[in-house]
Amino acid sequence: MMTDFGREEYARLAEKRALFITGLIVILIALAGVAVTIGSAGLSVADSYIAILAGLFPGAVDLPDRMVESNAVGIVWGWRLHRVLFAVAAGFGLAIAGAVMQGVLRNPLASPFTLGIASAASCGASIAIVLGAGLLSGGLLVIGNAFLFAMLAAAAIYGMARLRGMGSETMILAGIALMYLFSAITSLLQYLGTADKVQAVVFWMFGSLDRSSWPKLGIVTVVLAAVVPVLLWRAWDLNALAEGDETAKSLGVPVERSMAGFMLAASLVTAVIICFTGTIGFIGLVAPHITRMVIGTDHRTLLPASGLVGAVLLLGADCLARTAIPGTIVPVGIMTAFLGIPFFIYLFMQRRDA
Amino acid sequence: MPLLCARGVSFSYRDRRVLEDVSFTLDAGEVLGLVGPNGSGKTTLIRCLGRLLDPEGAVLLDGRDTRSMSRPEIARTVAYVPQNGGISSSATVFETVLMGRRPHLRWSVSEEDKQKVSEALSLLGIGDFASRRTDRLSGGERQRVLVARALAQDARILLLDEPTSALDMRNRIEVMALLARLAEEHRLAVVAAIHDLNLAARYCHRLLILKDGRVLGRGTPSSLLTSGMVRAVYSIEAVIKDEMGVPYVVPLRPSENDNLVKIL
Repeated sequence: MMTDFGREEYARLAEKRALFITGLIVILIALAGVAVTIGSAGLSVADSYIAILAGLFPGAVDLPDRMVESNAVGIVWGWRLHRVLFAVAAGFGLAIAGAVMQGVLRNPLASPFTLGIASAASCGASIAIVLGAGLLSGGLLVIGNAFLFAMLAAAAIYGMARLRGMGSETMILAGIALMYLFSAITSLLQYLGTADKVQAVVFWMFGSLDRSSWPKLGIVTVVLAAVVPVLLWRAWDLNALAEGDETAKSLGVPVERSMAGFMLAASLVTAVIICFTGTIGFIGLVAPHITRMVIGTDHRTLLPASGLVGAVLLLGADCLARTAIPGTIVPVGIMTAFLGIPFFIYLFMQRRDA
Repeated sequence: MPLLCARGVSFSYRDRRVLEDVSFTLDAGEVLGLVGPNGSGKTTLIRCLGRLLDPEGAVLLDGRDTRSMSRPEIARTVAYVPQNGGISSSATVFETVLMGRRPHLRWSVSEEDKQKVSEALSLLGIGDFASRRTDRLSGGERQRVLVARALAQDARILLLDEPTSALDMRNRIEVMALLARLAEEHRLAVVAAIHDLNLAARYCHRLLILKDGRVLGRGTPSSLLTSGMVRAVYSIEAVIKDEMGVPYVVPLRPSENDNLVKIL
C-alpha cells in the first residue's frame, strides 16, 4: 500500500486556508461598503454609492439636486473613500510587517512597537513639531522625520545585531533599548515644548486616519505593491527561519542576508504607513496571532491572511472610532489599543512555559 | 570517491580552539559515529561538516569543496538534524517535515514533495501524528520528526547531532537501525554524534573519537573500543565485553588518577 500519512489532512488544511482568505476578502469588501456610507455629512447609503459612481464615471451619472447641493461627490471622494482604502492598505501593511517580524525573530511579541520603530517615528515627528528641525520642509517635515527615524531605528537594530551576531534575541533587546531611548527623547521634547506643540505631538502620536489623502494612499500602495510580492515569494525562507537560524541555514536559507532583507522590508512598510498615520498600535501584533491561531504557520498563506485580518481590524476600528461617540472621531490608534490590549493580555495568559 | 571528506578541519569560537585538524573520509553506505566526552567538539564538527560554521581546512561533499557551493546546493546534499530538536514554531508535523523539501521546491508543494513527506513519516513511524503540532509532541517524538525532516530533504549525506538522546531504549535501537538500513539501501553517508558507546558500537561501521577537539582514534568499533581507550577518553575504568562480535562497554568507576576521585 502506498503511504498517505498526513496528506489528506494537509489538503484539508489547504482548503481551510483558502476558505479563510476568501471569507476575509468578502468581509473586507462588505465592511468597506459599509464604511463609505458612514460619516457626519448625513448622506444616505444610496447617495454614497451614487457619489462613488459619479466620481468614477464623470458625466455618466445624473446627480439629483440634493446631492449636488450637499457636495456628495466631494465628500465621498475627498474624505471617505481614500480614508477607507487607506485603512485597508495600512492595516494590511502593518499586519504583514508584524507577521514578518514575528516570523524572523521567532518571538510572538515582535512588532514595530516592541522593536522601537514606532517610537522612533514618534520621536522624529516630535523633533519636527517641537523643534521644527528636519530634512524636508513644509508639509513633509513631520512625515519625513517620522519616516527617517523609523528607518534609522531599523538600521540601528540591524547594525547592533550585526556587531553582536545576528541572533533574534539580540535584535529584540536592541529594539527594546531603542524604544526606551526614543520614548525618553520624545518625553524630553514634550517637557521642553510649548503647550500647543505638545498638543500637536500628542495628537500625532494618537495615530489617526484623519490625515489620509489620495497621494498618501498612492505612496503606501506603491510600497506595498513593491514589497509584498517579494515577501510572499520568499515565504518559504520565513517558514524555515521560524524553525531556528541553524535549521534554516541547513535548509539552504542564507540566514543573515534573509533576516536583514525581511527586517528591512517590514521596517520600510511600517515606516511608510506610520509616518502618515502616527502610531497605530497592535494591528501588527494582533492580526498575525489571530491568523496563526486559525490557519497555522505557513507564511505563504499566513502573510496574505494576516494582511487581510489587519485590514479588517483597522477598517473596523476606524468605523467604530468614527461612530462610537457622536460628533467626535476617536483617533483610530486609541481604538485599536482598546481592542488590542485585552487580546495582548490573553496572549500572555495563553503562553505556555516551555 | 568518498561522499564526504574532511581535510584538516579546525575551528575556533573567538580565541578558543574547539576543533584541531580533523580529517576523515566517509563512503556511501557507511555510518560514522562521533564519540567523545561533553565538550569534545562533536557538535562543532557536525556543524562544520554541514557548513553551518565556516571552518579552516576543507570539507568536500561528493568531491566538491563546500566553499564553492551555494547554500541551496549544500542543502540538497547534506541534511542536518540538530541536537534536542529545537522546534519553536507551531507548525504541524507534516509541515515540519515538509520543510525538508525547502531546498527542492520553488513555491508550491508538488505531489512528489508530499509523497516524500509521507514516506519519511511512515519510515519513522510517526504517520499517526502528522496533523498534530510539532511543538506539542514529546521529546522523543520530536526527535523522530526531525529525523523525518532530514530524510524528506533527500540528501545523500545525513548529519545527526545526538539523534537518540531524547529517545527511550526501544526508540534508540529503532532509529539507529533505521539509519544503518537507510545508509545501506539508499547509499547514504551518515555521521551521527552519539554518547552511548554501545549504541555506536552496534550500529556504526566506523567510529571517530574526539577529545578536546582532536581526533584520538578512528576505526571500526571493535578495533577502537578498548579499556585503555575508554580510560584515555573518559577517565573511567571499564570492561569491554564481546557481544556476538560487537564490543560492549561496561563502565566500572572513575579512573584512579581522575580529579573527581581525589576530591571524593
